[in-house]
Amino acid sequence: MCLAVPMEVVSIEDNVAHVEVGGVKNSVRLDIVDQMPAVGDFVIVHAGFALRCLDRQEGLETLKLFQDGLGLELVK
Amino acid sequence: MNLSNEFRDPDLCRRVLEQIQHLADSPFRFMEVCGTHTVSIFQSGIKSLLPENISHLSGPGCPVCVTHDLEVNTFLALAKMDIRLATFGDLMRVPGSRGESLKKAQAEGAKVDIVYSAFDALQLAVNNPSQDVVFLAVGFETTAPTVAATLKVAAQQQGDNFFVLPMHKLVPPALQALASDPETRVDGLLLPGHVSTITGIEPYMFLAGDHNIPAVISGFEPLDILQSVLILLRMHREKTPAVINNYKRAVADQGNPRAMEVMQEVFKPVDTAWRGLGNIPGSGLSLRKEYLGFDAREKFQPAPVKPEANPGCRCGQVLKGKILPPQCPLFSCVCTPAAPVGPCMVSTEGSCAAFFKYSL
Ligand code: SF4
Repeated sequence: MCLAVPMEVVSIEDNVAHVEVGGVKNSVRLDIVDQMPAVGDFVIVHAGFALRCLDRQEGLETLKLFQDGLGLELVK
Repeated sequence: MNLSNEFRDPDLCRRVLEQIQHLADSPFRFMEVCGTHTVSIFQSGIKSLLPENISHLSGPGCPVCVTHDLEVNTFLALAKMDIRLATFGDLMRVPGSRGESLKKAQAEGAKVDIVYSAFDALQLAVNNPSQDVVFLAVGFETTAPTVAATLKVAAQQQGDNFFVLPMHKLVPPALQALASDPETRVDGLLLPGHVSTITGIEPYMFLAGDHNIPAVISGFEPLDILQSVLILLRMHREKTPAVINNYKRAVADQGNPRAMEVMQEVFKPVDTAWRGLGNIPGSGLSLRKEYLGFDAREKFQPAPVKPEANPGCRCGQVLKGKILPPQCPLFSCVCTPAAPVGPCMVSTEGSCAAFFKYSL
């Protein structure tokens, strides 16, 4: 029940974002998300609410560090 | 592009695994405290790939599993009243002290609706104004703000038929209790990614500072988990315990202040009892004065059956990492997912259920 999944924002109406991942569509509330997402952003979705916008740049950087040297410098 | 796929790259996973194998020359026990980690570690095969020296323990990371008997008996008592209950599906089969469950109550005529969110439960109340609706509010810091936000909306609305039964639990105080328990033997902690999305890193600092336990906030893809285990292992070997955020794409060090604020506006911390861990100071949430009108306990005064110890079920020891599920005498003979004796076998995220599904 703690499951939270990243989903892509396809449209926004007031306080609700319509999100989608792998063909699964959903509507989520934006009352507690850390910052307002834009269409195309990924948000972490849990129990009908968006919790946070995924930081793509951080994600890509982590990956690059994994690829370059297993990312261990990242965490020092 | 969905970034998650990249964090499953088999080639990168293999390279991290090789490093872990290389360093695992003495026993190392790490614990995760998140149902999604439990499932991911089994499902991805990580459990079977880790070297023998590395043991994985599932701690108190599944909200359903740590819900106390008294709380279960309380919502079962509510089910006997003229109330419509709205719940996450996970609670349906959790057995109460007398073997009843919401599922059985439903078969006997109780009104129980499975909802996907607290907000859906509020909608149910709005659409059925003549019926009292109670939402069963379980979950950690990830879920509590969604309930708080829903109550803020409810407070602005007309209706007076929506209530919640607060049973939330907070993760850092439970880790404090675990770390202070001399019987707990854990060399490193994998911290729950989504709880941390809300709390940030600060509430975990005491693990390294006061207890010398290395801890890493981890994501849920195989690469995230392997990487986090490797970081834990390194800190353990080098005797340099620290608390590290290895899930930066989803967790800001300061967490989500907006969600924390909403949660703190509606709830305040209270002492609460966890299954298996007992009473833990400041580890639960009760409604603040302004929101007490939504409290189902206040409104309906349910009289729960007194909890009795469940003979044989060793969930408590499983949750503390003292035994693995197969060491419970009831595991897989008397207690199975089809006929669960304890909550650790009910929820798919429970340690016993995961062991049953993936190890047998
Ligand atoms: S196997 Fe069943 S009885 Fe044993 S600890 Fe797990 S849930 Fe309890």
